[in-house]
Amino acid sequence: MKKVIVFIKQVPDTSELKIDPVTNTMIREGVPSIINPFDMYAIEEAVRIKEKWGDTEVTVITMGPPQADAALREAISMGCDNAVLLSDRKFAASDTWATSYVLSKAVGKIGEYDVLLAGKQATDGDTAQVGPGIATWLGIPCITYVNNIEEIKPGYVKLHRMHDEGYDVIEIEGKFLLTVLKELNEPRIASFRGKMNAKKAEIPVWTAEDIGADPAKIGFMGSPTRVVKAFSPPVKQGGIKISAEEDPSVPEKLKSYLREKLII
Amino acid sequence: MMSSKYDLTDEQKELVAIAREIAEKKIKPIRAELDETQEFPYDIVKIFGQSDLYRVFVPSEYEGLGMGVYESSLITEELSRVCGGIALAYAGSLLGTFPILLFGNEEQKKRFLPPIASGEKLAAFCLTEPEAGSDASNVRTTAKKEGDYYILNGTKQWITNGGVAGLYSVFANIDISRGIRGITAFVVDRDTPGFSIGKKENKLGIRASNTTELIFNNCKVPAANMLAKEGQGFKVAMKTFDMSRPGVAAQALGIAQGAYEEALKYAHERKQFGQTIYSFQAVRFMIADMAMKIEAARALVYQSAKLADAKDPDSGPYSAMAKAFASDVAMEVTVNAVQVLAGYGYMKEYPVEKMMRDAKITQIYEGTNQIQREVIATHLTKELSRLEKK
Repeated sequence: MKKVIVFIKQVPDTSELKIDPVTNTMIREGVPSIINPFDMYAIEEAVRIKEKWGDTEVTVITMGPPQADAALREAISMGCDNAVLLSDRKFAASDTWATSYVLSKAVGKIGEYDVLLAGKQATDGDTAQVGPGIATWLGIPCITYVNNIEEIKPGYVKLHRMHDEGYDVIEIEGKFLLTVLKELNEPRIASFRGKMNAKKAEIPVWTAEDIGADPAKIGFMGSPTRVVKAFSPPVKQGGIKISAEEDPSVPEKLKSYLREKLII
Repeated sequence: MMSSKYDLTDEQKELVAIAREIAEKKIKPIRAELDETQEFPYDIVKIFGQSDLYRVFVPSEYEGLGMGVYESSLITEELSRVCGGIALAYAGSLLGTFPILLFGNEEQKKRFLPPIASGEKLAAFCLTEPEAGSDASNVRTTAKKEGDYYILNGTKQWITNGGVAGLYSVFANIDISRGIRGITAFVVDRDTPGFSIGKKENKLGIRASNTTELIFNNCKVPAANMLAKEGQGFKVAMKTFDMSRPGVAAQALGIAQGAYEEALKYAHERKQFGQTIYSFQAVRFMIADMAMKIEAARALVYQSAKLADAKDPDSGPYSAMAKAFASDVAMEVTVNAVQVLAGYGYMKEYPVEKMMRDAKITQIYEGTNQIQREVIATHLTKELSRLEKK
């Protein structure tokens, strides 16, 4: 039996987040929760891998409060086989370092696996650190920003990693963790049988003790990160566009622009 | 309001939710384009299959979910609310499957139903011919027995899913001189030698649905594919209609619901003479009538679907009432929705003119509404003898 593990996060369903002015952390009360949108592509990819390989089990994991059970059930309705909820008061206020430690310990408890998948980042924290963090704790390679998988089989993958200038083609042998982009696939609508499975599924809750987590590495006290200030990042500016059809003086304009920027 | 006012089970609610999600997220963005191009929604069919919708009407022994006409009708209603044409890629397969569900033997069900349940193969129902419309008994396609095969010759027309199905329920006559008692039903695989797809029709409405001619030219069908017995085909067709009419009724109901919702929204947004047009009695009463008639149709459609599932002996006339009533309501509501949206409603940028074109077929196919009234009236004669006995 081959094994794919997907890491997901339940996030507030809104872009209008409210920040607690004292602690500088998010106010989560009263906001409906969804699966982090990027994680939906990871779930879809895991289920596609299962359909391609056959004899493969997909386990979905999240760390969160008891309500995160709903996110795991939604993942099962899309075709994941089983789920684990990591929930313990001791995990509360973990930063990305502590969270990825906890998730890696859960992988340790599960044991064997072939592929680990996560979304590129969560829409609430936007750090994109937990996926790579898990891979670091486990000592396996991590490829971020995956937008195309050319070939995948147990112990091997050939894929595209997207960046601003284009994409890299990467091959890996052995175990690996991928964080995925929305360009990778289109998440399916849950099937009826999936929804019935999700209702019936028994989802175990694992505590810090269950996974053998070091108390000094979890929760607020185990988290080295301190949030100093939260703000919206500036919008990334695109390049300039000058059209030769509309303006015959374009070559001159381009030349002076490049000189100004000290490119030529 | 839709099905939420009815006492649905959790499973039925899930099916409605899945159908609505597919309709809103996947069908709505492409319906206008497919209406224009008449292209078949293969991607949507894949989603129907992946979501288990085709499993609903197949018994669990054959990889289905073992539900029935009622659940399929709830799904058809939801899909039709957004696009009556694309909904037929679902409902048309159910129509084509009924002859197998009702009259197939164990071996045939095992062979034919699993690929229908998964959505791998669509089914099509093939009765109508140039000379056999309302007079469905006038089938001219022939079937001649030769050894372990029947050789089919003839032409079927206006077949829903004609060009895209994998399995076809076909009605042919083994002996024209026997008339109605010669009609026999067969399941024909798309790959059968001598079977081919003819002209694709250019239609007024339901344009995303694939409607074609089918040609049987010495088409060699295994005798093991005959449904029921020789000469029982007309009964197969009529029993199929008793079960399938709630589906057409549900399609009409969904189209009406979609048009009414558009009219209701528009009437609240559109301002003339300094107020919303919904504040004018002429408009608000039109919309009140839509809501009232749709709710009445819904009660009848659901009741007829439940009677079909219960195999009630009166389910035939009930489903005829549901089909005729719901489709007449759909026609009236869609025409009035265009009237409420007026100039905008007449334009293709708004969906109501398409809904009006889509609605028309529901008064025509699977028995015109005049034929439905014949079915009802014939039943009423029996009612009279029941009344007199009391």
